[in-house]
Amino acid sequence: MLTFLALTSVALLGIVPEQSQAIVIYTGWERHALVGSDIRLSCSFFSWRWTSEDVTFSWTYRPDGSRDAISIFHYTGGAAYLDNKGPFRDRLEFVGNPGRRDGSILLKNLELSDNGTFTCDAKNPPDIVGRPSSVRLLVFEKAPLSMTLSLISPLFYLISLSLHLLLYLHCAVPIQAGVITGAIIGVVLGLLLLIVVIYYLMRFLVARRVFSLSVSKHGKKKKEGSQQRQGPVPPADPSKVKAATSEKKKQESRKDKK
Amino acid sequence: MLLILLGVLILHVIILILLIVSTAATAWSVGNSGGKDLWYKCSTNSGVYGCLPSSNEDWIQAVQALMILSVLFCFFSLIAFLYQLFRLVKGGRFFFTAIFQILASVFVMCGAIIYTVMCPEDKKIYTHFGYAYVLAWVAFPLCLISGLIYIVLRKKE
Repeated sequence: MLTFLALTSVALLGIVPEQSQAIVIYTGWERHALVGSDIRLSCSFFSWRWTSEDVTFSWTYRPDGSRDAISIFHYTGGAAYLDNKGPFRDRLEFVGNPGRRDGSILLKNLELSDNGTFTCDAKNPPDIVGRPSSVRLLVFEKAPLSMTLSLISPLFYLISLSLHLLLYLHCAVPIQAGVITGAIIGVVLGLLLLIVVIYYLMRFLVARRVFSLSVSKHGKKKKEGSQQRQGPVPPADPSKVKAATSEKKKQESRKDKK
Repeated sequence: MLLILLGVLILHVIILILLIVSTAATAWSVGNSGGKDLWYKCSTNSGVYGCLPSSNEDWIQAVQALMILSVLFCFFSLIAFLYQLFRLVKGGRFFFTAIFQILASVFVMCGAIIYTVMCPEDKKIYTHFGYAYVLAWVAFPLCLISGLIYIVLRKKE
């Protein structure tokens, strides 16, 4: 039985790579960083073949708003070649381990002009068919840029402040499409639900106070009890009257309709 | 009285339709070859019409959220109006309807302002604002006026 399973698994492993020889490359989706900090852009790949000696990694950089990409890093034949003429000269360092399929690079001393898309392409001969993967880098200044825009709308200021807090606290977690949208919608609807629940709770409590007040009037007068109830009675009166009259009116309207 | 109620209801439905069209139509920024909205950017390249998802920037997501919230609140206020129409005390005011409607107008205003200020940067392809953007700005004062009407309106016989 065991030998049968072992033989089938070996056969499957032999069959599958013949049909699906695609290499799958993993990078992050988005990375956020502050000006002047360092960031590690990770790149790894999955391949059915063993890691060959001719494995190559290459990183290209496309600035935001530009159509052209320049090559900034290439690892081949066991040696890493870093950018020595482009925007990243002397700021790039290879911190990966090709033997462990890790082609990560370290960008030091980030500037605002480093915003853009970094694409990693890895090849593991003979497994070369694959799609390069891109990670988007967003570099922020320390002051929130919502200061001028807060004059226009305080709501926008609150939203962007909370967004900046989220981004600074969760630098390692990329914010994907729709997360902020869902968060804003969820928070507002949650607040609405909370307000409705509190409103009905207050009405219920006021109704209970009406009940307890009428009981205390008919019951014995205690000094402490009367002092405690004289406090809340004046502000409760108009709301109590409104609640009572609206309930009476609703009952009357229901009777009228019937 | 019946005419006033009917007119107010028709106005409310028109506002809801305007908001839905504005949120969904691919025409916030338009150019010669295509349009862009909160969700996709579509363009015609060499005879082929294709759409790509919009960028994942924070402000677009905030505008998406605000527009969806305004549609939701307008819908809630419509339901609240129909509910209060049949259940309200005679002489009472449509407070819930008014509150939801005014909140919806505030959300549309914030969404349109954020989109105006943080206007998308590809000025070569998408040159000017489209009709969905205009509809958002038109829906905001209509929504506000409708909310104020609900505050003033009182239920009579």
